[in-house]
Amino acid sequence: MSDNNKLNKAKQRLTGLWQLLKKPSAKYSLGTLLSVGIITGIIFWGGFNTAMEMTNNEAFCISCHEMRENVYVEYKNTIHYNNRSGVRATCPDCHVPKEWHWKVLRKIKATNELFHKALGTIDTAEKFEEKRLHLARNVWRNMKATDSRECRNCHDFESMDYARQGRRAVHNHTNGFDAGRTCIDCHKGIAHSLPAMYQEDPSAAFPTPTK
Amino acid sequence: MKYLIKHIIIMLGVTLIIPAINAAEVESLRGAQPINKNAKKPVAKKWQSDRAPIKRDFVQQPPLIPHKTEGYVINTKANKCLSCHSWANYKDKGATKISLTHFTDRDGNDLANVSARRYFCTQCHVSQVDAQPLVENSFKPVKSIMGR
Repeated sequence: MSDNNKLNKAKQRLTGLWQLLKKPSAKYSLGTLLSVGIITGIIFWGGFNTAMEMTNNEAFCISCHEMRENVYVEYKNTIHYNNRSGVRATCPDCHVPKEWHWKVLRKIKATNELFHKALGTIDTAEKFEEKRLHLARNVWRNMKATDSRECRNCHDFESMDYARQGRRAVHNHTNGFDAGRTCIDCHKGIAHSLPAMYQEDPSAAFPTPTK
Repeated sequence: MKYLIKHIIIMLGVTLIIPAINAAEVESLRGAQPINKNAKKPVAKKWQSDRAPIKRDFVQQPPLIPHKTEGYVINTKANKCLSCHSWANYKDKGATKISLTHFTDRDGNDLANVSARRYFCTQCHVSQVDAQPLVENSFKPVKSIMGR
């Protein structure tokens, strides 16, 4: 009986609130309502974006030891970290899309990573190594699906001057693009160690003894 | 006595004068820089970028690498060189394929893939910098490989 009462009361409260929202304001001017609405809107929207940007920098990425002790260490030896012109691509430059809606989608997907952080799926170097091929394939698959969108934020093949590239680069780029290939098809393992490539390309891997 | 004095003078001459003459010619590894001056900074040589295959100088020479290989990883998990030079990939990448000799193990067995003893490419094949020979020489390859 008392449960029903509570439910009814809650219903009444909700309908009351709805009535209040539906009623035009008699007390506040349209200008007040508008400016309060706009200002709170700006604060909340700006706050949301600021919070999202805070999760979108290298310091945040390597605040978790899974990143700091594995992939970050490997990346520090590569050209995207250290190079002649001093331009650096940090984690989110390659791993988080720049366009807003893709970025939000990626952030939502990242909750799965938080879940595995809690589970400790890759909390030791050994566990990480065991998962490396699987994780790498996830990234490769995404890059392939988006035509290497994050690479092309900086390296757009339409801006490439083939005359200034090396013999190998010209040959492989022109042939590759003609064949509909995208960056990640060839440029694997450029910022992190490659997983054991036995399955991907046995001809480019240490010959494993056959059992 | 006279003989002894003569001998001592000659010995002194040998031990004192000859090293003094030679000292001018001997140069330490840091060059002829005075001790209170900084040694000359060696210029870091640059890797040479892509060019056509380099001719061999002798028949058994492992071919030199005519491109940069900075950042190319060769470990038990992956081999960047073979991702272009393996028999599976060379045509697609327009690369030179590795020789059949690389498929033989130390016991002379022919294998279906690169032998472990031939897997670490840069043990024999090396990228080049623009360095002149340390010692001048007049070495010329034999005629039989001149054209290659």
